[in-house]
Amino acid sequence: MAGSAKRRAFVDHAATAPLLAPAREAWLAASESVGNPSSLHTSGRRARRIVEEARESIADDLGTRPSAIVFTSGGTESDNLAVKGLFWAGRRRLGIDAPTVVSSSIEHHAVLDPVEWLVKHEGAAAYWLDVDSRARVRTDDLAGFLSENAERTALVTVMWANNEVGTVQPVAQIAQLCREYSVPFHTDAVQALGQLPMDLSEVGATAVTISGHKIGGPVGTGALIIDPYTTVEPVAHGGGQEREIRSGTLDAAGAAALAAAVHYAVEQQGEHARHLASLQSALVEGIRREVPDAIINGAEPDDSITHGERLPGNVHVSIPGAEGDALLMLLDAAGVDCSTGSACTAGIPEPSHVLLAMGVDERTARSSLRFSFGRTSTMDDVQAVVEALPGVVERARRAGSVSASVHTSVGAAAGRAD
Amino acid sequence: MRVIAALSGGVDSSVAAARMVDAGHEVVGVHLALARSKSTGGRSRGCCTIDDARDARRVADMLGIPFYVWDFSAEFAEDVIGDFLAEYEAGRTPNPCLRCNEKIKFKAVLDRALALDFDAVATGHYARVLDGPDGPELHRAVDEAKDQSYVLAVIDQHQLAHCLFPLGDTVKDEVRNEARERGLRTASKPDSHDICFIPDGKTADFLVDRIGQRPGRIVDSASGAELGEHRGTFTVTIGQRRGLDLRTPGEDGRPRYVVDVDQSTDTVYVGSADQLDVVALDADHVIWIGPGLSGDWREVTAQVRAHHPGVPARARMVDAALQVELLEPVRGLATGQSVVLYDGPRALGSGRISATGRVGDAAAV
Repeated sequence: MAGSAKRRAFVDHAATAPLLAPAREAWLAASESVGNPSSLHTSGRRARRIVEEARESIADDLGTRPSAIVFTSGGTESDNLAVKGLFWAGRRRLGIDAPTVVSSSIEHHAVLDPVEWLVKHEGAAAYWLDVDSRARVRTDDLAGFLSENAERTALVTVMWANNEVGTVQPVAQIAQLCREYSVPFHTDAVQALGQLPMDLSEVGATAVTISGHKIGGPVGTGALIIDPYTTVEPVAHGGGQEREIRSGTLDAAGAAALAAAVHYAVEQQGEHARHLASLQSALVEGIRREVPDAIINGAEPDDSITHGERLPGNVHVSIPGAEGDALLMLLDAAGVDCSTGSACTAGIPEPSHVLLAMGVDERTARSSLRFSFGRTSTMDDVQAVVEALPGVVERARRAGSVSASVHTSVGAAAGRAD
Repeated sequence: MRVIAALSGGVDSSVAAARMVDAGHEVVGVHLALARSKSTGGRSRGCCTIDDARDARRVADMLGIPFYVWDFSAEFAEDVIGDFLAEYEAGRTPNPCLRCNEKIKFKAVLDRALALDFDAVATGHYARVLDGPDGPELHRAVDEAKDQSYVLAVIDQHQLAHCLFPLGDTVKDEVRNEARERGLRTASKPDSHDICFIPDGKTADFLVDRIGQRPGRIVDSASGAELGEHRGTFTVTIGQRRGLDLRTPGEDGRPRYVVDVDQSTDTVYVGSADQLDVVALDADHVIWIGPGLSGDWREVTAQVRAHHPGVPARARMVDAALQVELLEPVRGLATGQSVVLYDGPRALGSGRISATGRVGDAAAV
């Protein structure tokens, strides 16, 4: 189909970002060294040094201590470890069988599903925090809950910034509330890292999830940054690496590459955010001009820099009368890579739980697209989207009128790409 | 042309898509998600398993065409599975493949494709579309053993004008060879025969699970003797011989078949094969691929099952109903089945059998 030959506009950085040169170089350099970082001999120590230097680098960049860094395979593993590990530890600490996990209704599935799994298989109770129409968690809801239930709450987990609509959550306030009630607080910062200022010493969360590939590191790298004095039960048992929290041979090259990507993300954050925000406002303006009845979901885009309530790289839009899936397919054909932003498993798309939680009706939720900018994005990408959009919208609306309940997905058995 | 190639994950649709690419069309591969069940596991049967979806994706990769999954599971559940259950419950024997072609593949999918500015939908069906004086005509495939014009005779000329069947002029063995030569991973996949949403092939269990048990007696149609029990009249089909689990063998030692079903008393009647010979039928839900028949009798060939050679017949329309006289009797014909009328290799149209007349039973029609 047309579009394969010309330059593609990749506007789906929230799904995955291109590998950064410093990360690639760090990986390649570290991959030259032989040795298991847990081995006691010289080669082992050499590999271990790479891991420990990466750990220190990440700790310095994020305002935490090296002993807090637990290397993992990425966001999903870190979230599972935090949610399940803190739940099991909390059950023992609180001395009750069925403590509560407090979370929000807009979490990524890597948090939602572990919480639901704990409810189903471990007797956990779940309390889902309300969000407002911009997808911002209501801290008064949390305060009210904790004031009466702190002694039976194992953990609170609320994402730093939402992956679909880009809404930034009041994590510092949430962390403060949790500290007051001595409840561990975990936050998934996968989408926030690199786009928002991130000084963990200021926020004071118990545990923070980061992922390598969303910031230009390799897929399969990530970390759970967890207060070393907080007990967390391991999910994977084995050789006892990473303070016995995360067994498995340490990935020295992956750690080095992750550290390089984190360093770049933190160092460049301010400039990067301004660049993203300029693309964001240009795209929003273009969408409003070309498709006047389009609905921009989430916090006001121009809040990105001034108030910090929206990721500067995110634009999420509902186009009434069109299906997100048809829009995606037509944009794909026009050379634009974007996402419907909704969870799609085994080829069966569902309306986004985030949009439904925001009070968006199901039909509108199904008519949504997410554009996300990143390191390699330019105004040409914005222009490509804005140019393609009117024709695509018109066509998708025509298709929408013949098959109101039919949905395209990007792939059977492909899992979710958000 | 801009063509949607429906990729089931089987060998036929793979080769059909490849030929469309070779022909220079702008091709987009689409796999239909029809069932939401995960029960089929890793087995590659039917058209909706995880293996098939993966194979379809890989074929698109190899052909270098975009690939999407279109989810028609809601429509499929209602128009195909729902209809399947309702028909059985009403004492008829439906053909879900025809229904799927009528309601999903060449209706919902085609409509969506056209709305998205595609010109046609290509599938791996064995049939031919030929230009005729009155517009496109549906003809039997060159490979008569694989001919699928029967299950396609539910699409009208408007739809047919946007259908491409690139395998219609090829025999199956050649298609497999071609798939192998092209290096398509689907080359050696077995053909699917079962109803795709009943992957274990146990239709009676599927029906009982969903409709519930409605047990009754199995009775000898001649003697009235009670010979066994059944779980529901919908679990048996006229002409069925196996699986009746009759207590006593027939007095004459000959096999016994389901010859009649009385839903009002939940009774199944069995008898000898000659009781099953149908010589006339009425059909409704008539779809013509072209002008169609009038009130005048016309010599045709009538085919009543997917794998049935067809028999000489004459047919005419009486109001909205199709009336068919079979010049050779057809054994074991149930209401709900579709009859497709042919003029030589050309499929004229189809109807759903609403009544059958047996030998010495002229009053039925």
